[in-house]
Amino acid sequence: MSATDERTLEFQISEPAQVLVAQPQSRREFLKRFGGGIAIFVTFGGNLGVLEKAEAQGQSGVPTDFNAFLRIGEDGRVTCMTGKIEMGQGPITSLAQMMADEIDVPYERVDMVMGDTDLCPWDRGTWGSLTTRAFGPVLRAAAAEARAVLLEIASEKLRVPVSRLEAKDGLIFDRKNERKRITYGELAKGRPIARHLTVKPELKDVSQFRIMGQPKLRRDSLEKVTGKAKYAADIRLPGMLYAKILRPPAHGAKLKHAETSGARKVDGVRLVEDGDFIATLHELPDVAEDALARIDAKFAVPPATVNDENIHGHLARVAPGGDVAEEGGNLAKGRKLATRTVETTFFDGYVAHAPMETHAALARIEDGKCTVWASTQNPFGARDKIARAIRFSPDKVRVITPFVGGGFGGKTSNTQAVEAARLAKAVGRPVQVMRTREEEFFYDTFRPAAVVHIRSGIDSSGRMTFWDYEVLFAGERGADHFYEIPHHRTTVRPRGWSGGRGAHPFATGAWRAPANNTNTFARESQISAMAAAAGADPIEFRLKHLKDPRMIRVLKAAAKRFAWTPAATPSKRGYGVACGIDAGTYVAAIAEVAVDASSGEVEVKRVLSAQEMGIVVNPQGATIQMEGCITMGLGYALSEEVHFRGGQILDTNFHRYEIPRFSTLPKIETLLVEANDIAPQGGGEPAIVVMGAVVANAIHDATGARLKRMPMTPARVKAAMQEA
Amino acid sequence: MATTISFKLNGERVRLKADEDRKLLWVLRTELGQTGTKYGCGRGSCGACVVLVDDRPIRSCMTRFGSVRGKEIVTIEGLAKGGELHPLQNAFMEHDALQCGFCTPGMILNAYGLLRSNREPSREDITRGMDRNLCRCGAHTRIIDAIETAAAELRNGKPTT
Repeated sequence: MSATDERTLEFQISEPAQVLVAQPQSRREFLKRFGGGIAIFVTFGGNLGVLEKAEAQGQSGVPTDFNAFLRIGEDGRVTCMTGKIEMGQGPITSLAQMMADEIDVPYERVDMVMGDTDLCPWDRGTWGSLTTRAFGPVLRAAAAEARAVLLEIASEKLRVPVSRLEAKDGLIFDRKNERKRITYGELAKGRPIARHLTVKPELKDVSQFRIMGQPKLRRDSLEKVTGKAKYAADIRLPGMLYAKILRPPAHGAKLKHAETSGARKVDGVRLVEDGDFIATLHELPDVAEDALARIDAKFAVPPATVNDENIHGHLARVAPGGDVAEEGGNLAKGRKLATRTVETTFFDGYVAHAPMETHAALARIEDGKCTVWASTQNPFGARDKIARAIRFSPDKVRVITPFVGGGFGGKTSNTQAVEAARLAKAVGRPVQVMRTREEEFFYDTFRPAAVVHIRSGIDSSGRMTFWDYEVLFAGERGADHFYEIPHHRTTVRPRGWSGGRGAHPFATGAWRAPANNTNTFARESQISAMAAAAGADPIEFRLKHLKDPRMIRVLKAAAKRFAWTPAATPSKRGYGVACGIDAGTYVAAIAEVAVDASSGEVEVKRVLSAQEMGIVVNPQGATIQMEGCITMGLGYALSEEVHFRGGQILDTNFHRYEIPRFSTLPKIETLLVEANDIAPQGGGEPAIVVMGAVVANAIHDATGARLKRMPMTPARVKAAMQEA
Repeated sequence: MATTISFKLNGERVRLKADEDRKLLWVLRTELGQTGTKYGCGRGSCGACVVLVDDRPIRSCMTRFGSVRGKEIVTIEGLAKGGELHPLQNAFMEHDALQCGFCTPGMILNAYGLLRSNREPSREDITRGMDRNLCRCGAHTRIIDAIETAAAELRNGKPTT
């Protein structure tokens, strides 16, 4: 192993397993790479759900023979290799808990190797709150099977039938004679053992959990408080250059001419010019940037037709035909039954991911192999994209994912990794590409602007009779409602969030709980508007229309903890409520706000969020994800919006794009509603989906003004109050 | 122009030849290998690049390298003394006051400056003092809790949890 490899692998919890550069993804290669110990490959059959579906779609590099891999070393430590990555949301902790519990070793003896395409089995990517609910069962099954293998080997060595053996804390002993015992490390000594298993998950019951279900602090915090944690831009290699790339002033702009002689005069600078891909490279990043500024470039910028004010009209014009996602009853009949109808159009703007770490990558090409350290949510996707760009075979590309400084759905396209690899190939030296904050905003795949149109009605008894819901460009996730309404239809135009040709003037993509933030804002705002029309308390109104026991339970739990007392809305108290379902998890939030009538300023004083997510693997981690969701959600609710003129992005740094700060945060309370009879569900996204509506409904309850557009800036609040 | 400048970095004397007009952030991250100091915005808006110069938190992305002549710089790598973590580092760990960890070095060093000028800050003081440091993951309330814990420990000389 070279010194540089050692350095970049520092994020692992203990010493890394021996790293050899070799072909990925065959069992034989894995074994060669890991040498001694017991290697367990698992092919997971049965109800693998989402993960299995992804693999069945024939994505390149999908292993056909195994999808989980772990190793028990002669030191008794268990190493888990997973293509999942750690971007702050804590799988480095929760996955280790699952592994330790199922294989019966102390939690401290589990090491995680994450997001390295040469060491880890293929994975589609870390997103969709899938790590726990879809990958978790695979990992647990692998660990459970490994434990069975260990018992089998121990039975041979101790000459005791398996039925008499018990495994605990990395030790196997004879129940009838506890002196007959052997450790996992001892079992792993000697000839390497490889087992390939095809399993159905027979996982521990919640009552048998010793480590899962326990609140665990993060395992990576020591590295992170001492500055030792390495992110992609922190990796240093001998001879490396830092690259800065010429960028257009607007999306859609074409380079007409670039005069590079000024940049070439900078001492030590190297230029790469490949069509409109022009970069300055230097041993110092800031000097590379100075050199780039000396390039005199002329671009042809297409005329700007859309901007952040007229975008919704444009979207309404270009939206594709309706795709009915779900319907029931008879809308015409429902309309006839209604004595009051409420029709509302809701609007959402573009929102940036704005992770604190901008996209970065370092690429090195050596002996025909390209190694790229990248901040990415999908290392295997990066590997394949790099391979195509530099015309390498994918097995000659290795992507290593160090710590990732926030992703939120925004680190999936891997263009920075491709740029670094192209430049490394061009100059024959390792090259780092790290986006400036301005580039980060410019090249972000924003949460799309969207329009939601809802017509709904109630009868004289205050029951909803129909619900006609149409969403433009947000996407399908969360568009369904979960209320008992006899006549209803949900139309999505289109189903995805990437827009399509002519829709958005720049790229859009998945943003933490994609589509669901916009959909839940619209749906739950409308439901509270219906409650107001019925003269009902908004929680009682919801309960009256709910049948799903999970939602009823979580909403009642929230109301109880908040000490909610029923009142017709607007009650002037400034209380709002909103419910949502995302990634299999149920959420109900209640907020209290105060609105300054003269300025339109909204002060969110208190947010309580209750969540039912099935079995909770790490209550501490789940709580922290909820806190993060509440905080980030207040940003899109109140202040975050990307302003633009055509393809030109006007907000390109934090002085203009206002994310939540210490001073803007309310008192935050979280509540996990126990549901140990339900398999673990998603945790990284659900609690964010309700934040727009809960604030909008609280503003309405305080002022009687209905906010129909996010973010709810002081100017918009004031305008709505004047209308009300 | 490149000039040789002497200063102290994490307790050690350093002499470095570099252009005085360059920003301290890049000199720290590149020539001096202190990659715990992060780039977040490049215009002093986020606080990811905060380091201590003569015990005061400054934004290294806005600081000329030439200005540290004869001064003492402490980066996150140099905050622990003799293998012992600073109470702020311990408190951030105990409170899980971080997620992705990218803003953490700047948060801790900015909090260091806050506690240096106010030994017994109220939550409002902490909120005000930390307000120009950005965190995207939403660790804010835990960061405030951690700073309160560390402040108490620094006053009392022992941990209070």
